[in-house]
Amino acid sequence: MHLSSDEVIFWQAGFVTINLTLVTTWGIMLVMVGAAAWGTRRLTPGLHPARWQCALEIIVSGINGQIEQVGLPQPAKYIGFIGTLFLFIAIANVGIVLPAYEPPTGSLSTTVALALAVFLAVPAFSISQMGLRHYLKTYVQPTFIMLPFNLIGEVTRTLALAVRLFGNIMSGGLIVAILLSITPLFFPVLMNLLGLLTGIVQAYIFSILATVYIAAAVAKPIPKAAEATAQSA
Amino acid sequence: MQINWFTVIAQLFNFALLAWLMKRFLYAPILAAMDQREQQITAQLTAAKTQQDQAHAAHDELTRKTAAFDAQKQALLTAAEADAETQRQKLLAAGRQEADDQRAKQLKALQESQATQQADTARQTRQTVFALAKKALADLASASLEAQAVAVFVQRLQQLSRADRQPLLAAFQADKKPMQVQSAFALTDEQRAAIGTTLGGLLGAAPNLVFTTSPALISGISLNANGFRLAWDVADYLVALEKAAPVPAPTPSPVPNPEPHAVE
Repeated sequence: MHLSSDEVIFWQAGFVTINLTLVTTWGIMLVMVGAAAWGTRRLTPGLHPARWQCALEIIVSGINGQIEQVGLPQPAKYIGFIGTLFLFIAIANVGIVLPAYEPPTGSLSTTVALALAVFLAVPAFSISQMGLRHYLKTYVQPTFIMLPFNLIGEVTRTLALAVRLFGNIMSGGLIVAILLSITPLFFPVLMNLLGLLTGIVQAYIFSILATVYIAAAVAKPIPKAAEATAQSA
Repeated sequence: MQINWFTVIAQLFNFALLAWLMKRFLYAPILAAMDQREQQITAQLTAAKTQQDQAHAAHDELTRKTAAFDAQKQALLTAAEADAETQRQKLLAAGRQEADDQRAKQLKALQESQATQQADTARQTRQTVFALAKKALADLASASLEAQAVAVFVQRLQQLSRADRQPLLAAFQADKKPMQVQSAFALTDEQRAAIGTTLGGLLGAAPNLVFTTSPALISGISLNANGFRLAWDVADYLVALEKAAPVPAPTPSPVPNPEPHAVE
């Protein structure tokens, strides 16, 4: 019994390792991109779209609405990152209904990678919005004494993101594996149902927290000098 | 529970690639389709609003034209009623005038008929009186009425006053044409000679006389000379008699009272 899908290695050459996490992730990517390409191959702007188009539009417009409600007035700018984050985590978590499936989000490497993606996306969006100089100034607001606390906050929330998702998904999978060996008839089914709910909730929490971090960074007040520079640019 | 940093880097790359692919194949086309649909709906709503405004404008224009048409129709109807009333009054007046003219014509014709009837009655009366007088003279005096008429004519010539002779003398002296003596019957030579002798005595010279017969004179005789006329016959006698006779009471006229009456 292994705790993480990283431990299932298919091929290794020094530092490069092809494990179950990566393979599963590629499979999920293939399914997601294939479904997106297949579902949008015959898009019509008419008033009577196809069922697939309606479903995709409901998902996209739902994600758009959530991003806008959190406080980002231009959701189309962020949906590529936040929407993919939610859909990837949700699909990866929901896949536990498949037999012999191990979710890549149960791997700490994957959750760390996703948390790092958020960690990098927050300053990227903030710099694109207000410029590098002003972004760096936000770490010394309201005074320079806050600089270490702000840096610690950036690191700890990233760590919290990674560990929260990993802990929930890994523990769910582990509990199912243990119950499967003890009471193989009914409890695994109930725990899988609970895992579906937990997986969707964790995907929602992860993506919403990422959105909140981005919104908080983008919505920080711009100093007058930086504002004038941005306007002249 | 370890972190495989190659896996972390690979997953980071995988996620970035997945985000780009999803934006390329899902979000961008879906959002574009939704934007197009929204623009299409907005355009349709704008077009519908425009059409609604046009419909409102057309409705207002139609309402205004209908009101104007009703007003014009009412004005034309009023004018037509006034014209019809005027025409009716004209036709009524013309009808009354025509009725009055017809009534006047009927009255005149009736009066003419009455006059003609009266003339015929007078003529028949004269002829009857003449016939009775002639028969009475013939039966009682054994002398013909014609002879008596000539005798009376001669006697009236002899009894002409000086003033009455003057026109006869003036007519005789102004024109030398023969004097016309007309009688209802042919005069005998003795009667002609008596008339000539009497006229010669009155005029102081023997006149040139022409004797003619005219049945219109009822048992009478007349003298015509350059506008002067002296006659005696039964008609004159009866006219004189009629003038001397008492006037009879008027009888009710059969002609309807010519008062105007309404014509509908």
